[in-house]
Amino acid sequence: MEYKDYYKILGVDRNATQDQIKQAYRKVARKFHPDISKESNAEAKFKDAGEAYEVLKDPEKRAAYDKFGANWREGQPFEPPPNWDAGFEFRGAGYTGGDAGGFSDFFESLFGHGQTERQYSHIFRMKGEDQHAKIVISLEDAFWGARQAITLTRPVVDASGHVATRPHTLHVVIPKGIIEGQRIRLEGQGLPGYGGSPPGDLYLEIAFQEDRLFHAEKRDIHLTLPITPWEAALGASLTVPTLGGNVQLKIPPGSQGGKKLRLKGKGLCSASHSGDQIVTLQVIVPEVRTEEQRCLYRAMAEQMSFNPRSGLEK
Amino acid sequence: MTEQRIYIQGMVLNEETRCSLADLCALCGVNAEIIHEMIEEGIISPEGVTTREWAFTSIAIKRVQTAIRLQRDLRVNLPGCALALDLLDELEELRRLSRCR
Repeated sequence: MEYKDYYKILGVDRNATQDQIKQAYRKVARKFHPDISKESNAEAKFKDAGEAYEVLKDPEKRAAYDKFGANWREGQPFEPPPNWDAGFEFRGAGYTGGDAGGFSDFFESLFGHGQTERQYSHIFRMKGEDQHAKIVISLEDAFWGARQAITLTRPVVDASGHVATRPHTLHVVIPKGIIEGQRIRLEGQGLPGYGGSPPGDLYLEIAFQEDRLFHAEKRDIHLTLPITPWEAALGASLTVPTLGGNVQLKIPPGSQGGKKLRLKGKGLCSASHSGDQIVTLQVIVPEVRTEEQRCLYRAMAEQMSFNPRSGLEK
Repeated sequence: MTEQRIYIQGMVLNEETRCSLADLCALCGVNAEIIHEMIEEGIISPEGVTTREWAFTSIAIKRVQTAIRLQRDLRVNLPGCALALDLLDELEELRRLSRCR
């Protein structure tokens, strides 16, 4: 078991007042709330802060915790000394807030787990809590659909009634044509219910991996296609990658850089909604490497009367 | 021996998703009164005229669930939730735009 530095988690001094602790907790909770923060470990930090506050807001628990002294460091291996809590009265007192089911082993071994609160009432029935997780998938998987194993940590109650967090793996179907921000609801795959009530649901929110070529905007897939000046001027039929494989794309004569061409139905399509691939042309001017090439450019300069800056004249 | 894997097929909350008031209450674990208050506050707006016809989108489901968590975890009141949700949407849009650049 690792020591948890509750003062450090909330960013307060060991001699902070109860008001300072309350303010620090509220600040950290707002900052790392999983609905607000985009940090990957926001949820863990939010939970840590809740656990720290659960101990430090209660003068009895805080005093007991303080007895370990100030020399412990976050993450250091730790075992509480025997009878360390003699003289304090908080076991079985129940929690005033937060969900103790998700607290760390460190917290549980010191202050017990949520059982006491849940055992005294046989009529207490409650549907299990919903669980929310983000899963990152490739654009290919969104295009074709996929099957994926995902691992979540969740509290599990063992035979002796102890709560521990365990990794839990689920195999999930990613349906074809799912897009970023959409959620998959897995009924009954959330946290277990109390008193014989059904478990909660699991919501998986889809995020896309960065892709080297493509980027998705809702159902449309964007690709930048580099072309030569003569392909732009004369038109061409080019092979273009899409998530579904290569296709031929006709570049009309006289195309400019920045022009967007639409490949209908080549984006992320579900059963009832279709997306397109939007190809943005990027004209690349070849470097001059030989004298002959220089002559070609010179000939163009002489033979083509063209002023791209006519629009700038006043 | 080959391992038999069972893949779970969930329900995708997408553009087509519509749910009734009763479904929304069940999904979010709240009573209809709370949904009425959220509609009044402009957090969500149902399609359909009468309560019986009301249909809620997947976006509404998410907004209600987020609002409930903000209320529970951060003690934000309902107008505060409405404001936070709108600002979060705006932030999401700005993040998306800055990624495209």
